[in-house]
Amino acid sequence: MEDPKILTENVVDVPLRNVHKHDVIIIGAGLAGLWAAIKCKSAGLDTACMTKLSMPQRSHSTAAQGGIAASLGSLEEDHWEWHMFDTVKGSDFLADQDAAEILVKDAITVVREYEHMGAPFSRTPDGLIAQRKFGGHVKDFGRGGPVLRACYAADRTGHVLLHTLWQKAMELGVRFYTEMFAVSLITDGPKCAGVVTWDTKNGGLHAFKAKGTLIATGGYGRAWKITATSYSYTADGQYMALRAGVPLEDMEFFQFHPTGLFDRGILMTEGCRGEGGFLINDLGERFMKDYAPAKMELAPRDIVSRAITSEIEAGRGIKGGPYIHLDIRHLGAEIINTRLPQIREISIKFAGVDPIQEPIPIVPTAHYSMGGIPTDVDGRVLFDGKSQIFSGLYAAGECACVSVHGANRLGCNSTLDASVFGRRCGIAIVKDFPNLEHLPLEEDSAKMASEEIGFILNQKGSIKPEEIRNELQTGMQNYVAVFREEKGLSKMVSVIGDMHNKMSQMYISDKTLAYNTTLMEAMELRHLIAAAEAVTYGALSRTESRGAQARRDFPKRDDENWLKHTLYFRDKSGFRFDYKDVNLSRFVPEERKY
Amino acid sequence: MGNLYKLTIFRYDPDSNKTSTSKYEVEVTESHWTLLDVFRYIKNNLDDTLTFRYSCGQGICGSCAVTVNGRSILACETQMKFLDSFDLVIEPLRGFPVIRDLVVDHSLLDEKVRAVMPWLVCKKDPESDKERYQSIDDRAKLDGLYECIVCGSCIAACPTFWKNKTFLGPQSLLYACRFMLDSRDEGKNERFETLADKDGIYGCHTIFNCMEVCPKELNPGKAILELRKMFMNEES
Ligand SMILES: Cc1cc2nc3c(=O)[nH]c(=O)nc-3n(C[C@H](O)[C@H](O)[C@H](O)COP(=O)(O)OP(=O)(O)OC[C@H]3O[C@@H](n4cnc5c(N)ncnc54)[C@H](O)[C@@H]3O)c2cc1C
Ligand code: SF4
Ligand code: FES
Repeated sequence: MEDPKILTENVVDVPLRNVHKHDVIIIGAGLAGLWAAIKCKSAGLDTACMTKLSMPQRSHSTAAQGGIAASLGSLEEDHWEWHMFDTVKGSDFLADQDAAEILVKDAITVVREYEHMGAPFSRTPDGLIAQRKFGGHVKDFGRGGPVLRACYAADRTGHVLLHTLWQKAMELGVRFYTEMFAVSLITDGPKCAGVVTWDTKNGGLHAFKAKGTLIATGGYGRAWKITATSYSYTADGQYMALRAGVPLEDMEFFQFHPTGLFDRGILMTEGCRGEGGFLINDLGERFMKDYAPAKMELAPRDIVSRAITSEIEAGRGIKGGPYIHLDIRHLGAEIINTRLPQIREISIKFAGVDPIQEPIPIVPTAHYSMGGIPTDVDGRVLFDGKSQIFSGLYAAGECACVSVHGANRLGCNSTLDASVFGRRCGIAIVKDFPNLEHLPLEEDSAKMASEEIGFILNQKGSIKPEEIRNELQTGMQNYVAVFREEKGLSKMVSVIGDMHNKMSQMYISDKTLAYNTTLMEAMELRHLIAAAEAVTYGALSRTESRGAQARRDFPKRDDENWLKHTLYFRDKSGFRFDYKDVNLSRFVPEERKY
Repeated sequence: MGNLYKLTIFRYDPDSNKTSTSKYEVEVTESHWTLLDVFRYIKNNLDDTLTFRYSCGQGICGSCAVTVNGRSILACETQMKFLDSFDLVIEPLRGFPVIRDLVVDHSLLDEKVRAVMPWLVCKKDPESDKERYQSIDDRAKLDGLYECIVCGSCIAACPTFWKNKTFLGPQSLLYACRFMLDSRDEGKNERFETLADKDGIYGCHTIFNCMEVCPKELNPGKAILELRKMFMNEES
C-alpha cells in the first residue's frame, strides 16, 4: 500500500470515531430519497439522508424539465386506466402491470401532495395544476389523440419538485450529510446493517449503522459520450448492490431521448414537441410521417430516437451532418418565453441558437435507465431478483427497477416513478421498522470500502483515468446506443476486457483524501464500467427488439422467448443470468404501433 | 488554430494549509467550449490535483460558481468566447470559507437559507383530494423568485455581506420573498420576526451587485425592496 497509515487508520478507527447510528439512512437526496426521508421523519423515525453533492438540491432531479404525469384531468377527461394502458404499451409490454397500476393510481395523490407542500406548479385559467401533452400519453386506451396529462411548472418541473421536497425535509428536521460519498453496503448475507462512506470534504471513512438503508442514487448516463445526464450519474448505487450479491434487472433497456442539444446532448424537453414543436430533416420534411403517421412527433421516445438516427444515417441530417432540427419558431415568443424559458436559455447559452429565431440542432442523447436494482412495489430490494427480500435494504428512483417502465419509459413517468416509489418506500420502512434490528458492525465492516479506495490510490501504472473514460464512452456510443447488433456488441465486450486491464494500470497523482475529486471520479469510472458491462451483456444475450433495445439483427419482438425480465448477477468469478416472468394482470401484449 | 487562454488559478491545500497560485495555458479550438471544459481539460491532461466543483454541466444545479476576473459566474454555462479576456484570474467564490482550490463550503448557503423558514407555512391541512386554488396571476408573482438555484454568486458579490457576516444575504432574502408572495402561504408574521431586522431586509444597502451577477437573471435586491414594502403595509 502506498499510504498504509491513511487507510488502515481509518479502518481501525471506524468503530471508535466515525460511527453514526440512525433509524434510517437514505443514500441520495433526489426526488426518491427525499420523499422517503419525509415519510420516515414524519412518522418520528430518526432519519438521515446523504448526498455526494454539496446540497440536496444539486441532485439531478433538478434537471427534469417537462413534467410529472398524473391523470388529474385539470383540462380534459382523463383516467388512471388510460395512463396505465399508455405506460404498459410504452414499455413494449415488459412493465409489471401490478406495479404500473400502483404508479398511475398513486400519481394523483403524489402530485396533490407536492402542491400541498408548496410546489409552484403552473396553473390553468381555473386555478388548477396546469397540464400539457407528452409523447405516448393519449386518450381512450390508445385509440384517441394526445391527452393533457403532464403536470408542469414552466420547463423547470424537476427544479420545483426537488426544491419543494428539500424545503419540507428542512422543515421537518431531516439530518443531512452532504459531500458524503457512499462506497459499500455493510451486509451479512441478505441483511443490511448500513453503509460505509467516504467523507469527501474532510477525508476519512464513516460507518452509518441503520435499521433501514435506502439506495436512491439515480442513473448512469455518463457511460455514453452524448448524454443529458449530470457528471455525477455514475451507477454508484447499482455497483454497491451488485457487490452485495443483488442482481440488476433489465439493464439492456437504456433510453435515448430524441432531442439532445447538438453536440453535448443537453436535454431539450419533450415539452417542446408537447407544445407543438416539429422535427425537420435536411429536406425540410416532418419525417415522423414515415415512422409514426398517427402520433408524429409525439410518438414514444424509442421510436422517435430510431427515426432521427435513421434519417441521419440515410444522409438526411442537416447539411448531411449528424443532427436534425427541432423547430419551435411557430409557437411564437409568448409561448416560448412562458412555457419553455429554460429551453431558450440553454440553447442560447450552449449552442448560440435562439429558438424564437432559428431551429434547434438536436441529436438523440443518453438519458434514462429503465433497469436497475430489483424491488417489490414498496421498494424492498429482492436478493434473488424475484421474491427473497433483502432485509433492511431498500431502493427507489432511477437506480431501482420495480418495473414500471419495462423496455421503454414514457416521458414524465420517471419523476413520477421516483416520487411514487420513494414515497411508498418511506411508508414501507415505517411499517417494517418494528421488525428490523440494528446489526452489529464487525471489525472489518469498512474493509470493502477501504479496498475500493486503495485500489485506486495504490496503482503504480501510467494510464490516465481520462483515457479509460474516453474508451468507455466512445465504445458505448458506437456499439450500445440507439441501434445494436451482435458485431458491435461483441466489440464492446472486448473493449470492456481491455478497460479492466487498464484499470489495474491506472495512475492518479493526487493521493490525498480530502476533496480529492480525481479519486472520486476514478471510483465513479469503475462503477460506470460495471454498469456498462451489465448493459452490454444484457443487450447481447437478448436476441429480440423491444422498446429501447433495437437489434438490427433481430428486428422483431419475440414474446415467445423474451417476454421476461433479465436478472444479471455478477461476482468475482464472472456473471450469470436468470429471468423472471412479467406480471400481465390487465392488458394482453399486442403489436405496438403509433 | 484556436485561442490561447492564460489562466492564473488560486490554490489552497487543506493538508498543508497553504495558498498559492498555478498558471496554465490552454489552447481552445472548439468554439463551444465552456470554462468547465477548460477546467476539466487541465485536470485530465495537465494537473490532476486542480480541484473545482461541478455536477449537472447545464447551469441548473448551482455547483460550479467561481470568480473570474473579479466577477462570479457559473463555469459550466459560460462559453470561453463570451469572456472578455484571454488572461483569466480565477478564484473561489468570495466571502465563503475555502475547502480546497476553487471549492468553497456550501454549508454557509444552507445555514443562511434555513433561517428564513423557506417552506410553505399553512395553518391547517389542505383538503387531501384536491389541489389548492391559485390564479395564473398569483402564480406569476413567483416568477423571478422560484428559479433560484442557490449557486451563491449573489452572496459572493454582496459587499454588505463581506462586512457583516450576520447579514442574511441576498439569496435567502430572495428565497424568503418567494414564500411571502405566495397566495397560499400563511407564515408572513412569523417570517417577518426574522426578516424585519438590520441583518435582514434592512441590512441591504441596495447596491444591486446581486442582480448584476445572478446567472438566472433574478433580482434579489428587488425582492428585498418588495419585502420592505410589504412590511411597511403590514405595519400601517
Ligand atoms: C435532463 C433531464 C431531464 C429530465 N426530465 C424529466 C421530465 O421532464 N420528467 C420526468 O418524469 N423525468 C425526467 N427526467 C428523469 C428524472 O428526472 C430522473 O430519472 C429522476 O429525477 C431521478 O430521481 P432520483 O431521485 O432517482 O435521482 P437523483 O435526483 O439523481 O438523485 C440521486 C442522489 O443520489 C446521490 N448519490 C449518488 N451517488 C451517491 C453516492 N455514491 N453517495 C452518496 N450519494 C450519492 C446524488 O448526490 C443525489 O443526491 C429527466 C432526466 C434528465 C437527465
Ligand atoms: S439569486 Fe441568483 S445568484 Fe443568487 S443564489 Fe439564486 S441563482 Fe445564484
Ligand atoms: S455544474 Fe451545475 S450549475 Fe454548473
